Amino acid sequence: MKFSLSWLKQYLETDASLEDIALKLNAIGLEVEGIEDPAAKLAGFRVAKVLTADKHPQADKLQVLTVDTGEGVLQVVCGAPNARAGLVGVLGLPGATVPANGMVLKVAAVRGVESNGMMCSTRELELGEDHDGIIELPADAPVGTPFADYHGADPVIEVAVTPNRPDCMGVYGIARDLAAAGLGTLKPIEALDIVGSFPCPVDVRTDDAEGCPAFYGRVIKGVKNGPSPQWLQERLKAAGQRPISALVDATNYIMLAYGRPAHAYDLAKLNGAVVARRAKDGETVVALNEKTYTLDAEMTVIADDSGVHDIAGIMGGEHSGCGDETTDVLLEIAYFDPERIAKTGRKLNLTSDARSRFERGIDPNFLDTGLDHLTQLIQTLCGGEASQAVRSGAAPATPKIVHFDPALTEKLGGVRIEEAEQQRILESLGFSVVAEQANFDKAWAVTVPGWRPDVDGVPDIVEEVVRINGLDKVTSVALPRADGVARPTATPTQALERRVRRAAAARGLHEAVTWSFLPSAEADAFADGNALWSLANPISEDMKVMRPSLLPGLLMAAKRNLDRGAASLRLFELGRRYLRGEGGASDERLALGFVLAGEKVPRGWATGKAAVFDAYDAKAEVTALLAEAGAPVEKLQVMGEAGLQFHPGQSATLRLGPKNVLARFGMLHPAVAKQFDIEGPVAIAEIYLDAIPGKKGAATFARTRYAPPALQAVTRDYAFLVPAELPAGDLVRMVAGADKANIVSARLFDDFRGTGVPEGQKSLALEVTLQPLEKSYKEEDLKAISDKVTAAAAKLGAVLRG
Amino acid sequence: MDYAATGQEALSRIAEASDLETLEALRVAFLGKQGSVSGLLKTLGKLDPEERKVEGPKIHALRESVSDALTARKDALETAALTARLAAETIDLSLPAPEAPRGTVHPISQVMDEIAEIFADLGFSVATGPEIEDDWHNFTALNMPESHPARAMHDTFYFPDRDAQNREMLLRTHTSPVQMRTMLKDGAPLRIIAPGRVYRSDSDATHTPMFHQVEGLVIDKDVHLGHLKWTLETFLKAFFEREDIVLRLRPSYFPFTEPSVEADIGFTLIDGKRVIGGDPSKGEGGWMEVLGSGMVNRRVIEFAGLDPDEWQGFAFGIGIDRLAMLKYGMDDLRAFFDGDVRWLSHYGFSALDVPTLSGGVGTPA
Repeated sequence: MKFSLSWLKQYLETDASLEDIALKLNAIGLEVEGIEDPAAKLAGFRVAKVLTADKHPQADKLQVLTVDTGEGVLQVVCGAPNARAGLVGVLGLPGATVPANGMVLKVAAVRGVESNGMMCSTRELELGEDHDGIIELPADAPVGTPFADYHGADPVIEVAVTPNRPDCMGVYGIARDLAAAGLGTLKPIEALDIVGSFPCPVDVRTDDAEGCPAFYGRVIKGVKNGPSPQWLQERLKAAGQRPISALVDATNYIMLAYGRPAHAYDLAKLNGAVVARRAKDGETVVALNEKTYTLDAEMTVIADDSGVHDIAGIMGGEHSGCGDETTDVLLEIAYFDPERIAKTGRKLNLTSDARSRFERGIDPNFLDTGLDHLTQLIQTLCGGEASQAVRSGAAPATPKIVHFDPALTEKLGGVRIEEAEQQRILESLGFSVVAEQANFDKAWAVTVPGWRPDVDGVPDIVEEVVRINGLDKVTSVALPRADGVARPTATPTQALERRVRRAAAARGLHEAVTWSFLPSAEADAFADGNALWSLANPISEDMKVMRPSLLPGLLMAAKRNLDRGAASLRLFELGRRYLRGEGGASDERLALGFVLAGEKVPRGWATGKAAVFDAYDAKAEVTALLAEAGAPVEKLQVMGEAGLQFHPGQSATLRLGPKNVLARFGMLHPAVAKQFDIEGPVAIAEIYLDAIPGKKGAATFARTRYAPPALQAVTRDYAFLVPAELPAGDLVRMVAGADKANIVSARLFDDFRGTGVPEGQKSLALEVTLQPLEKSYKEEDLKAISDKVTAAAAKLGAVLRG
Repeated sequence: MDYAATGQEALSRIAEASDLETLEALRVAFLGKQGSVSGLLKTLGKLDPEERKVEGPKIHALRESVSDALTARKDALETAALTARLAAETIDLSLPAPEAPRGTVHPISQVMDEIAEIFADLGFSVATGPEIEDDWHNFTALNMPESHPARAMHDTFYFPDRDAQNREMLLRTHTSPVQMRTMLKDGAPLRIIAPGRVYRSDSDATHTPMFHQVEGLVIDKDVHLGHLKWTLETFLKAFFEREDIVLRLRPSYFPFTEPSVEADIGFTLIDGKRVIGGDPSKGEGGWMEVLGSGMVNRRVIEFAGLDPDEWQGFAFGIGIDRLAMLKYGMDDLRAFFDGDVRWLSHYGFSALDVPTLSGGVGTPA
């Protein structure tokens, strides 16, 4: 909402400075978004008188002037044809900035003659379009006065009006708020009681009591339309409205002044009764914005016998709008149901100043006064004779009464305000306050004014009082603290998330945060049979489908990095995957994904050529992060079926039991790499943090007792020939379990194929650690253990190498 | 007998020995079983006692001096050999050592941890809720019925789906639905923060369609606007680690709070840059809008199944990305979501930068 200071002061008697007004507007919740002060633009320009005007010695079209600035006489070169001795005009002094083009004036030679400023045209000062000559002020204009003062430059204030305050979508409402906040005196709106000299010649009525409970109208005959006067144009322009014609400008003026939209029809273009009714399905109207709208039976319109003339409360029709030839007008002041206006506007995707006011709710008590003020303004601007008003229906004007205990202001608002002051504030905002002795000791019956549809409860009243009293008067009060030191608050999931995130960063991975939504193709590539969430109104096709996996977003980020020349990339993200849950709800699961691309180790003096990442690098990270997450890593099984996105021979899953997949990892499938336009080998992995079993029982801090074995452990090495396709992990697991009383670990240290190993087989070498408990091993003990190891290995077809 | 000449010769030969093998040969030659000095010792047995008294000490002295000379020479040769070996083993330590990669924590995660740390001290726990929400939790229960103009303000992303209760599914436009879910689940009293991703169909230089918010909610019996102001001030002071934080509250409007309050934080201009802190009404600087808040609307409390005559409280919502930018000096929001490792290396945090109250929640540059 934009308005000029002079317009505000028409309703508010105040001596407050512009700065004070702006501060107060902010303080009472009308956030100042900008102040345009033309006086600031006109700094450095002053009223000056041309004393002499002589021809420029070097240029035919230029003159050399001597100009009285009030403080002395300056020489100025000027090209304007109307520059002449005796003219009083506007001189820009060196240092001033010309508003129209941003040029900073300075002392300069013009064709060899020094010029100490510039005599300005209307256009140069952005005061109009005239550029034929310099400004000519009346001869008695006070020479030396700053031009801003002389011109009476009118600052323009722009405030953001929150959607609950339709009353402040009119200048008068803003004045009322400021007056209540102590910034001046509000002038009452005059009751005009225009009677009219003849009955309204048009039948005006509402047939849609629900959508249009009240439809008032009046005809003015014999008006003369044309451009509105300068003062009105200035106000509308300041408010951001383009002046159109006196009749249209008058309706806009009433809307901006009082937040009361109105419409004027050219009577000559109407045919028969003018009725508020439901539109028929498929009915069309060409609105004032020259667009055609197709209507339906949910929408209220104003129509006559020939068709629709107005999308009620939103926009008038092109056909019956007022033009220069209009002589008789029908004025419309109606009350439309806010919800219907909102729905119609949304359906038609049509916004307008009228809609934004009607859908927030306008004052149902302001129909007659609004009509009278509009009538008076049109008669002042265009003449004409007014008819009597016609009134069809009635606005829902039952006043709301809130039962309010002024002690609640302190209870909710945290600030103590005298009852008398509370009452003053409410009354100055237009509320009426009556003590309700009958009910409670201290309760008030507060009647809400019609222009405040937002107020309907006790907290609203508290807000009004606290807001006008000033939020700066609310003092901080500490929240009560629990005894002692703050308790831990993180849930197990949050603690897990934090730990795993920092573990990944500590292992050299960079945490990325990527979009939750993906392009369809990239999301589909990782859908794995899940039904995805796809937006109905995405901002672009690239942000359409909620990610079923963290990997596609990371791969897209990897691609961007590689394109920028990154040599090595370790990226991870910890966040949600979006799947379908029960009852149509979402199932959002916490996961950690990572991408390893480019060089694992750069070429080096000690290491030779650069090394790339492989699936074991992914396995190393996955295993380490799972261990940090508290997963029972030693119990995990390496299994297949990592997914179609992975290299089928270089990928695996880690499972706790056959069904519960904790992670998948491996090399990216070349076909998927191609889809994401990434070159070179890429290792990827995804850890399903939601699948990690939580700790059972209450947390304890004491560790199990430390009991190092008294005797030293011994190691024995075994080499087995096994079928080449046997997973080494199976052998290790089998050997480790061969004699649980003695074997504490089995570690594979060699996987050899080639010379000495038969075709189709491989040699796996294990180091087995044995821990004697009560006494040292004797030869026969060791032999017995070895026999168990070889017997166990034999179950997998492994043969001890001789 | 004169052993001096023999001794002299033996000592000089030992001194001349240039390596350990030569020295060993000399040891054998002098002190070995067949050695010359050993031979002299053997002659002692054939001498009569008188002679032995005279010759014995001489021969033993000779043996001792040869033995000492051998040991000394051996030490000297070994030291020289070690010195020579070590000299040969010299390496160039200006060559680069193997490097371990350095990872980082994203500023959003870091700031979320900082916020959680501060609010934990004030007794707030952390709550979460779904990002794919239904319109009841996101709007209706927060006092935004279907035709409410504020719904349009939210530029909502919708799904074509409806849940089993025929509620429209959407991406939550704020973290406020977590308020409702937590109140419905845990009742009152309550102190929570709820950080997370939120979405609005808005994209320009300063807005991204996805961003991060932290919601705060306190429900109790006597909590009022003064407590809200204290909480916000206390949080912002702790977050920016400055005592001169000045907060300006302005009346505003949110359907789910009444009264509603927007908070601006004062900044001062230092070398043309905005620095959080200081009172703009007393000098150069201005106000920056940082959050929206208010006393929880009675209807919201009713929707949560609580008695609004018994329970009241406040709620606030803060943009996490914006807080991170203000504190750590990033100027481009879009870069947060690009995953550029150069940006992450520059603005990311070390895994060891765990925010703690004792160590300071912020990480100095």
